[in-house]
Amino acid sequence: MIPRARPRRTTAVALAATVALTATVAACGGDDGPVTLRLVTYDSFPTEGTSLNDALAAFSAETGIGIELAIAGDAGTMVSKAVLTAGNPEGDVMWGVDNTLLSRALTADVFEPYASRELASLDPELTALVPGNEVTPVDSGEVCLNYDIGWFVERDIEPPTTFDDLVDPAYRDLLVVQNPASSSPGLAFLLATVAEFGPDGWQGYWTALRDNGVEVVDSWTTAYDERFSGSGGGDRPLVVSYATSPPAEVIYADPPRDDASTATIVDTCFQQVEFAGVLRGTEHVDEARQLVDFLAGPEFQAEIALNLFVYPARTDVDLPEEFVRFSGEVTDPRTLPPDEIAAGQQGWIDEWTEIVLR
Amino acid sequence: MSRTDDRTTTLPPTRLVALLAAAPIVFLAVCYVWPVVTLVGEVVSGSTIADTLERGGVWRVLWFTTWQAVVSTLATVVAGLAPAWLLVRWNFPGRRLLAAVVVVPFLLPTVVVGAAFTSLLPDALIGTATAVVIAHVYFNISVVVRLVGALWEQLPPDLTAAARTLGASPWQAARSVTLPLLRPAIASAAMVTFLFTFTSYGVVAILGGPANATLEVEIARRATGLGDIGGAAVLSLLQLGVLALGLALGSVVQRRASTRWAVSPATRQRPTTTVQRFGVGALATATAAVTLAPIVALAVSSLRTGRGWSLAGWRALWGGTSDARPGSGVAVDVWGALGASLRFAMLATAVSVLVGGLATLAIGAARRHGRLLDVGLMLPLATSAVTIGFGMLITFDTAPFDWRNEPWLVPLGHALVAVPFVVRAALPVLRARPTGWLDAAATLGASPTRAWWEIDVGLLRRPLAVGAAFAAAISLGEFGATTLLSRTGQETLPTAIARLLGRAGDIPRAEASALAVVLAVACTLLLLVASGGRDARRA
Repeated sequence: MIPRARPRRTTAVALAATVALTATVAACGGDDGPVTLRLVTYDSFPTEGTSLNDALAAFSAETGIGIELAIAGDAGTMVSKAVLTAGNPEGDVMWGVDNTLLSRALTADVFEPYASRELASLDPELTALVPGNEVTPVDSGEVCLNYDIGWFVERDIEPPTTFDDLVDPAYRDLLVVQNPASSSPGLAFLLATVAEFGPDGWQGYWTALRDNGVEVVDSWTTAYDERFSGSGGGDRPLVVSYATSPPAEVIYADPPRDDASTATIVDTCFQQVEFAGVLRGTEHVDEARQLVDFLAGPEFQAEIALNLFVYPARTDVDLPEEFVRFSGEVTDPRTLPPDEIAAGQQGWIDEWTEIVLR
Repeated sequence: MSRTDDRTTTLPPTRLVALLAAAPIVFLAVCYVWPVVTLVGEVVSGSTIADTLERGGVWRVLWFTTWQAVVSTLATVVAGLAPAWLLVRWNFPGRRLLAAVVVVPFLLPTVVVGAAFTSLLPDALIGTATAVVIAHVYFNISVVVRLVGALWEQLPPDLTAAARTLGASPWQAARSVTLPLLRPAIASAAMVTFLFTFTSYGVVAILGGPANATLEVEIARRATGLGDIGGAAVLSLLQLGVLALGLALGSVVQRRASTRWAVSPATRQRPTTTVQRFGVGALATATAAVTLAPIVALAVSSLRTGRGWSLAGWRALWGGTSDARPGSGVAVDVWGALGASLRFAMLATAVSVLVGGLATLAIGAARRHGRLLDVGLMLPLATSAVTIGFGMLITFDTAPFDWRNEPWLVPLGHALVAVPFVVRAALPVLRARPTGWLDAAATLGASPTRAWWEIDVGLLRRPLAVGAAFAAAISLGEFGATTLLSRTGQETLPTAIARLLGRAGDIPRAEASALAVVLAVACTLLLLVASGGRDARRA
């Protein structure tokens, strides 16, 4: 079973090797045959049966370039693996590295810079994040506090609207958040508070949040499905989630409904931007660039909202009606430059752990 | 009951032992040692070690990890003996179904059952170490039931009967006859449970609360959340060191404890007196109720949406996106996912039974050096998933060994975790075999090899079936390192469940629970079929 590189003299072995080599070359497409690109992505990317997958199939039909999805785990795992394999990547193109992880990837030189032909059609605020064009912004979303509308109506309490409201004793024991060490929305919310209160001010804010009874759980699923009163059986009416969670609650409601049961607190948001890029070391640079163009192109971008519950990076794509009506208008999302995030993140998480959990 | 260790006369020849041991050794070297050494060599340096160990949290985490594992293991062993006795000694309607159902918690994704479990525990316990211990007992009890059961089945009931005739009370008979004879199997089960609870990830992350982290949780947070792979590898080595020490001790205890007796075919009695009927009935009901409670809770949550009872989750599962917006990404190809899961499970089971079976025979025949192989094969259970998964990623990355996207790498990873179960189920049975049998065969003219083949290989059939069931379960539930390998092609049941759980909304929530129920039912049926085949072969 152990593979050995030692050559054998028998012709049979040589023959078998030739056949195997030929087969391998044929399977991989060689230099002339059709190319299959491996698109590395995170685990919430649907692998089949959705309009997003149909769009990818249309790309293959049009260009003759096959696409195989490689699901690499959650976004953090995906980037850790890309860093380990930089230069000898698992695939040709990566979808979904976000601004909290980007710096880690750029430092390790994971991507092959490419200025996409679609750049001019993308939101300039997003493209400005990567002046070197190492990657191309493909979508953005906001991590925001969500609240259970019914809970506040029943008790005739005004829902909070700002970060400062959350430390008001009127909202004691109402908020559930995720551990930033293990959850990407949890990290985004911590970063939002760093952006809001500054690198020396957020610690005091979290001390006050802790004293006001904030609950910390490990994952988004536990927070949103188990502890939040607006979705599952929980008893906390305030949760860290996404600006698109209220529209999702409407779209996936059973029985169907046309009003929202939850809403976004628009002044507590952190902007998450996701990027796609050509992985350095790919043997199919030209085809990989074509795919990046397609991922930023109008056809694919139109399918992003309903399948990934984020906003397309293009400015010329219509949003589904529910997104417009129910996600709230986030005019001023908090954000931090990717290199500041990379430099501060580990220390902030350690400090946060000491303040909130110990 | 004399202890006999004079096995010198009729052992199979050394060359045969070496031949047997070759496959397990190669398997371990290629799939485990090579990747782990590569990763550690790449990311660990003197300064990462110093930096990581100087953090205040590390020793606190090690302490929590250790004590919760010790308590969980003791509790699991104590709780598992009664159902093991029930399933081994008594014959009652539904026995085989119960034997299959008991294993189901072990293989359901913790993220799903963890949620169901949370809903059943009193609120005051959530986020406490007590909740972690209770969940560990629940998830691992089948390890004790099955591994101890595999040996117990072969223990002649007349031994206890003899003790009773001589005036021992049932309790005395159990304590002085049955328990000592079962000690190797109990030690086996305790070792595996200890490894599983020490390296526990999902249960602790979901139920332990953020303040209670095990080393495994800390390793995953460092490696994937913070990108500190060097620090993660250092913690992984720390964990491995502690556990290897424990394993070496356990292996010695287990070997010393082996007592030989005349193995007998399984005999089960029907409860006849009222007391027996009541006792067996009560114990069976309690076992079934405890095992099934979280699964029933899952079934209930698959039928509930925002405003009451609904079939929407099940409809979405089979009808694609009938109720939700078309193309909104909650479609699951149930049969495809089931098929993919089963294909993985079959390959993983075949590899682990082959490797585990050969390893057991080699360990049994090799005396002293066997212990090394025994401990070596357990090491993957003691190593953090991140270390093995990332190690494979950077080891098998150059042609002709670029296996990163090979479909068989995932089941091979499952086999890595499953082989120790096969060995642990089979080895106690082999060690209980009286040496006299081989001598007798030799007297009757059989060559040592022939005698060994007829007797030892034949004996292993039943325990290997138990090991195979665990291997299939481990693969279906997707344990360990393979969750860190990238996957191409068809999604499996656990990955589909995880994807649905990441979505907001009534329908994906109910759908995820429905899919978990599908996984539980599929596993029960699979185990039932496996045990049916086993009994038929014996008849």
